[in-house]
Amino acid sequence: MNRPLHDFPGGLRLPGHKHISTSQAILRAVLPKRLYLPLHQHIGEPSETLVAPGDHVLKGQMIAKATDYVGAPVHASSSGTVVDVTLLPVPHASGLDAPTIVIETDGEDRWVDRTPITDYAQLDLSDLRNRIRCAGLVGLGGAAFPSFIKMNPGPHHRVRTLVLNGAECEPYITCDDMLMREQPQAILRGAQIMMHALQADECLVGIEDDKPQAIAAMSAAAAAFGAIEVVPVPTRYPAGGERQLIQVLTGKEVPSDGLPPDIGVVCQNVATAAALQRAIDAGEPLISRVVTVSGGGVRTPRNLEVLIGTPMHELIEQCGGYHNAAQRLVMGGPMMGFSLESDSVPVIKATNCVLSLAADELDVGHATLPCIRCGRCAEVCPASLLPQQLYWHAQAKEFDTVQSYNLFDCIECGLCSYVCPSHIPLVQYYRFAKTEIWAQERNKRKADIARQRTEFRAFRLARDKQERAARHAAKRAALKDAGAGGTRQAAIEAARERAEQKRMEQTAELNAARDAKIAEVKHAIAAQTERQEAAPTSKTVDAVTSSSNRETPDNQ
Amino acid sequence: MFAPETASPHVAQNAGVSRLMLDTLYALIPGIVIYVVYFGWGVVINIVLAITAALTAEAVMLRLRKRPLRPFLLDGSAILTAVLLALALPPLSPWWIPVLGCLLAIVLVKQLYGGLGYNPFNPAMAGYAILLISFPIEMTRWTAPNTLIEQGLGLFESLQFSLYARLPDVVTLDALTAATALDSLKTQVGLGEPVAAVRATSPIFGAAAGTGMELVSLAFLGGGLWLLYRRVIAWHIPAAMLVSLAVMAAIFWGWSPDRYASPLFHVAGGAAILGAFFIATDPVTTSTTVRGRLLFGAGCGLLTYVIRTWGGYPDGVAFAVLLMNMAVPVIDHYTRPRTYGHDTGRGS
Ligand code: SF4
Ligand code: SF4
Repeated sequence: MNRPLHDFPGGLRLPGHKHISTSQAILRAVLPKRLYLPLHQHIGEPSETLVAPGDHVLKGQMIAKATDYVGAPVHASSSGTVVDVTLLPVPHASGLDAPTIVIETDGEDRWVDRTPITDYAQLDLSDLRNRIRCAGLVGLGGAAFPSFIKMNPGPHHRVRTLVLNGAECEPYITCDDMLMREQPQAILRGAQIMMHALQADECLVGIEDDKPQAIAAMSAAAAAFGAIEVVPVPTRYPAGGERQLIQVLTGKEVPSDGLPPDIGVVCQNVATAAALQRAIDAGEPLISRVVTVSGGGVRTPRNLEVLIGTPMHELIEQCGGYHNAAQRLVMGGPMMGFSLESDSVPVIKATNCVLSLAADELDVGHATLPCIRCGRCAEVCPASLLPQQLYWHAQAKEFDTVQSYNLFDCIECGLCSYVCPSHIPLVQYYRFAKTEIWAQERNKRKADIARQRTEFRAFRLARDKQERAARHAAKRAALKDAGAGGTRQAAIEAARERAEQKRMEQTAELNAARDAKIAEVKHAIAAQTERQEAAPTSKTVDAVTSSSNRETPDNQ
Repeated sequence: MFAPETASPHVAQNAGVSRLMLDTLYALIPGIVIYVVYFGWGVVINIVLAITAALTAEAVMLRLRKRPLRPFLLDGSAILTAVLLALALPPLSPWWIPVLGCLLAIVLVKQLYGGLGYNPFNPAMAGYAILLISFPIEMTRWTAPNTLIEQGLGLFESLQFSLYARLPDVVTLDALTAATALDSLKTQVGLGEPVAAVRATSPIFGAAAGTGMELVSLAFLGGGLWLLYRRVIAWHIPAAMLVSLAVMAAIFWGWSPDRYASPLFHVAGGAAILGAFFIATDPVTTSTTVRGRLLFGAGCGLLTYVIRTWGGYPDGVAFAVLLMNMAVPVIDHYTRPRTYGHDTGRGS
């Protein structure tokens, strides 16, 4: 079928380096001696451990539970004994240590009792989502956003289209490609369950056209599923960015301040769909994933099916070890991944690729020159930003101006830096500016709350004073009337009534004003919290969160 | 064991600033060769003098501004400025013309504004414009093409002229120079002669525009297309500039072919091609937005036509570019692209 495709602005065809890791089938990685399972592998708050050193755990057993709505539980990837719960290095851009459960595996790989669902269609939708949630499922495209939230667009959204993201636009990464070649059934079955959960009408699987085998396998399998269509999309980075893929497939743009459900779309990664199928059909939580091990710094690049928690150096060893030229270790792709200081960190749910780059592949040794205003950055920007202007104002710390150039619409795809002939690390400036602005907003929020408290206190004092003054006035009037003879009693009554009434009127007015003020303060605080929480995730490729979701928690 | 925190992206395209400048210089070579063939060694002497002056000025200024020398001298931008300025000069110029022009371009127009990337005006064109205004005689004394002179100057003789203003005994300056095609046409048509008659009577006119010069333009066109192919420049500015120049010419030519030259004459004549592919495309001084570049190019073409046709100077490319340089901030402001997800007419 020939679906009319749309275009997204900018973008660039990058050297793919994909073939180096696709010559061999996905291999199940060796069971490691120790598994390192960080409590925080997703967007949202860290999970809370359910085990202590000495506990014996089974494969698939929940060992940490989610603590907030945007969280995900963690499961033991194999059976064994918990030997430690401690701070250890994790693969995170911050480079900080984080709480990690360490399991010594017993080699038996013994499963906990699994409860497959035989007929998901019989299940209440919220039960289905709860299943997905309890399976610890998060987006496997790299952003690790809890999947069940995306499955719940809320009552105000009618999701028509499920977009399945198999574009895999980052160079080197091939885990989705291989998964689509080898397990199209699982992926499509997962997509079908997602469509049911969303009550969506159609599912479009977007795959970049440099993966003919994956397209063939998926198309062949899709014939048996109604309403699922495999759509080859032009290979042009970042076609796999959530917003770009939606634009290519539907021609619609996700509003800058909104989310895909606002235009009736939900986007999920193909690997997430496969994991979801396992969670429902086999009752298996998310304990493993396919990881691409590639780059010029590793001897035999390939894809491995890896237990979450396996240290990365074990993967490298299983791929022939490092090549002499290995220079930098990156988790994720070369455009958006972050570099790791050590290969002892574990594979987490978000690890789609472990990349060991050689010197000749890296952008090193280029002196940074001043911007020559060549405009290449603007030509390639998929968000139609003016990266050069953003850079200019970010380095001048003009944060208001930089926001007026829509800094927060930058998806950090890295293309502008990639093409810049002056080799300016543009994206670093944007990250810096974003972090600064968030910090300022946090401070401002604190200051605002403090200011509002002070204002309210002043207001309360003024109100009390007025009330007191009114009472005094009433008293004085009463005393005055007391000396006036005959109609005195009546006059006193009348005066008291007048004063009382006046006081009541004043109090009512003041109370109304106070209530309004309180509502305003509350609203402002709520709005700020929401913005702050939404901001770091909402613009990340493949991440989606919704403030409306957050207010309608599902099966906590 | 690995280099600590190094931010994404980890890879980059291999096109650095110096690569771009070098490619641009390579693309100029065919045009320069033909220029030398038709107009003599003076062209080469101008280029050499200009490069020397420009690099010296750049080095001194970088030192004074306490900037590192190496990366900036090697970026190639000063050399490119020098070559473009030299190509705009009459081939037979006294030595101080290219030297002074480059000093002005590098010191005044580039470095005093902050060096590479900060200059609002195209240095080569600004240098040229100052020279033209200050030394109108030297700057409009154009060499006639070799095919039209009995005895041209050799390398040594050209050098002697450049350095000591000395000519071989048998040669007079008048015998070596001639008004350019654009210039003669303007003068003659101003006297009431029809364009066709003017072009038919003087050997200075070739098939499309000026003898020799039209071939130089053709070679520059080839170089420019190669730059497009190599993606060193984008198509927007050259296309917009040449189209707007041609459209303007076509309108007036269509209206009165006796008084106005044809679009081909305008596009192939003077510095139009050189300007469109090599000068107006100078990244630093053009608009940074895609739509802005179309406007910028169109403006250059339009102003070039206006100045050529009604202005006081025979060729208008330099002034057109400089005027459009001034308009860049405004153009940038009004051509900001619509950011993804903004003003989509949200329907949910
Ligand atoms: S690509 Fe680099 S040099 Fe060119 S305009 Fe953008 S920031 Fe400036
Ligand atoms: S990193 Fe941001 S500014 Fe740069 S090209 Fe990507 S979206 Fe545009």
